[in-house]
Amino acid sequence: MTISLKPSNSPPEKLQPTGWLKYLSFSLDHKVIGLQYLVCGFLFYLIGGSLAGAIRIELISPISDFMPREVYNQVLTLHGTIMIFLWIVPVVNGAFGNYLIPFYVGARDMAFPRLNAVAFWLIPPSGLMLITSYFINGAAQSGWTAYPPLSITTPAAGQIIWILSVLLLGGSSIFGGINFIATILKLRRPGLKLMQLPMYCWAMLGTSILVVLSTPVLAGTLILLSFDIVAHTGFFNPSLGGNVIVYQHLFWFYSHPAVYIMVLPAFGLVSEILPIHSRKPLFGYTTMVFSIMGIVVLGLVVWAHHMFTSGTPPWMRLFFTIATAFIAVPTGIKFFNWVATLWGGKISLNAAMLFSCGFIINFVLGGITGVALAQVPFDVHVHDTYFVVAHFHYIVYGGSVFVIFSSIYHWFPKFTGKMLNENLGRFHFIITFIGFNLCFAPQHWLGLNGMPRRVAEYDPQFQLINQISSVGALLMALSTLPFLWNILQSILYGEEAGDNPWEALTPEWLTSSPPPVENWEGEAPLVIEPYGYGEKDSNKIQEVMK
Amino acid sequence: MPKLSAILTLTLSLILGITGVWIAYNVDMLPVSASMNAPVYDELYRVLFIIGCILFIGMTALVIYSLIQFRRRPGETGDGIDLEGNITLEIFWTAVPAIVVLFVGLYSYDIYDRMGGMQPLMHDHSGQMDNQTERVWGGIGSGPIENSSTKNSSSLPIELTAMQFAFIFHYPKGDIISGELHVPVGKEVSLKMESKDVIHAFWVPQFRLKQDVIPGQPTILNFTPTKAGNFPIVCAELCGPYHGGMRSNVIVDEQEDFDTWLKENSKESI
Repeated sequence: MTISLKPSNSPPEKLQPTGWLKYLSFSLDHKVIGLQYLVCGFLFYLIGGSLAGAIRIELISPISDFMPREVYNQVLTLHGTIMIFLWIVPVVNGAFGNYLIPFYVGARDMAFPRLNAVAFWLIPPSGLMLITSYFINGAAQSGWTAYPPLSITTPAAGQIIWILSVLLLGGSSIFGGINFIATILKLRRPGLKLMQLPMYCWAMLGTSILVVLSTPVLAGTLILLSFDIVAHTGFFNPSLGGNVIVYQHLFWFYSHPAVYIMVLPAFGLVSEILPIHSRKPLFGYTTMVFSIMGIVVLGLVVWAHHMFTSGTPPWMRLFFTIATAFIAVPTGIKFFNWVATLWGGKISLNAAMLFSCGFIINFVLGGITGVALAQVPFDVHVHDTYFVVAHFHYIVYGGSVFVIFSSIYHWFPKFTGKMLNENLGRFHFIITFIGFNLCFAPQHWLGLNGMPRRVAEYDPQFQLINQISSVGALLMALSTLPFLWNILQSILYGEEAGDNPWEALTPEWLTSSPPPVENWEGEAPLVIEPYGYGEKDSNKIQEVMK
Repeated sequence: MPKLSAILTLTLSLILGITGVWIAYNVDMLPVSASMNAPVYDELYRVLFIIGCILFIGMTALVIYSLIQFRRRPGETGDGIDLEGNITLEIFWTAVPAIVVLFVGLYSYDIYDRMGGMQPLMHDHSGQMDNQTERVWGGIGSGPIENSSTKNSSSLPIELTAMQFAFIFHYPKGDIISGELHVPVGKEVSLKMESKDVIHAFWVPQFRLKQDVIPGQPTILNFTPTKAGNFPIVCAELCGPYHGGMRSNVIVDEQEDFDTWLKENSKESI
């Protein structure tokens, strides 16, 4: 079988804009699309973060005084939706996936470049639509879960726009998933075996399988929900004989795997970053691959743990308890392997490394509370409380967002050819880490002691802890400033990075920074040992560089 | 040397274990326990807390130690050690978490059983068809399982209707309607709950119990208060703009006080 390495159907280069304008165009270059995802995602992150700030301001006092109650519910709905569908999912999958996967498999572009561009260009309009719904007739206000009958009885316009935009974003995600599976399985450079791929490829393969299997279920569910809203059908409307619990099953069949869609790529990225900055091979490559696939399989059969208080039958509660708890085993393997990767290394304490290690610490805590929440008797007390809010922010912020920052520090020299300022980066890490833990750690206590989630007003005995949490949120907001300053400063006046500032062995570093449109001058390098660091082969880097 | 490092590892693990247990027994983060379920819950909580502390402190210490011990000193060049894996270690940290998780699962099953969580299942099989007209299902039970046979005669039935944004309690005995829940201490209460509009949830943090109140599908919740006092009832499922304000109280009285309250408010006796 022969595979052409040139993208056969990309138009002649002169038709595509060059310079910064290409980032606003329907570019087919995977690197441009990757950066489009990243910058677009970050802009939505700033919006989602401002909404989070509004929530924390409201919660400084126990009464509802900062914004109208309806608006508060709209804010929390948009915060969740934006952070999941417009920031974390597109960035850990779309941004880094598009930029890195073709390099890792030794291809010049993704398998379907046009589909790739379409997938990205679905995002900005649906995101803008979601945000403008606030100014039309009020945005959706039933939470990002949109449980009926609340989502059927709240104002229809906002809810319908919400459904439409999540459908488009889901479509974008499916297009991306298909593209990644095809690229990883079919566009590998001749001679490159699956078990020689960098770990991020495996993470993206697993994630894409989850995306393709579970996102259509969400789409179908939301279409039925929209029928209930506009056509007054009764799929989920109890007053018309519908069943509200069926919606929850269908919704969580996607939305639990969605957690793995947000963290598995992050696991992959960390597996790339740690070996390079500790100058050691990735510990236990094979067990890492199997644990990713284990998480994929188990991740599909745990959804009902979100429904332990919905009146789920006892046998179902037991099955989902045990299935959920067992995800801790493959996840645990990955964490022990990462610590073993650090062990005995020559660790550079740079921003990329610090954010990755911050991720490990945060995620371990989120994982521990996750195993606790999987236990039915434990969950029945803390379900739908701030304990859960704390838990999933430790997973998606302490986990995925820390990894996104780590990855930006790590790959920025490749993206731009400029170095970031490491001291500013370390400062950014310290403020983020302190702010994050100050914001979310006290929320465990709030949940255990009786504060439910999604409330604009609460028992006055919780005021002090809420204020501490809000101070943490303020620090998190401020931590964005040194980061933005660093990026701006480096793009304008940054020190030249050279092609391979980290002396890394993975293929994206074996070309110029930023790379040419065809990724490499000449043939793609065959990297069969992407983690070949270690003292015994210290001259390997020189060999590869020749 | 291997002997020395083995002793060191053993000592550190022992210190870690003791620290975990010490924290779990000295850091109390739970509210007052006021139902028969609560002490059982607290037992599970403590075990999870011990395991969690050991894991979290252990992992954090390992990461911080590695970052300090194996940091690149100024002027240092070259790579770390060439270590691509270790089958024994990898099997070890697959097997140990698997055993811990299995233990936690079995233990929490036992706790669930002691809380009476398996009761609705037993009802399904015992052929009690009296409530088949409505689909009564789910709902975590409470109290020792041997009480289940006498449950119907001894428990106090109360109907709960939830609506935006209030809980309404109805006592069939005496036909009382109340916005607050009055129950006697030490007696099993059987709440039959239904929602008029959207999904709500009935949660009493001091009872460690929560059950969604679902439109179109009645749910049940059994519990036995063990402590007289006044505890909050909180709605825990987003139900609209005033969700945060949807709160009530459960007033747990001594039996005599409860009987007086029942008599004073009863419509039938008048």
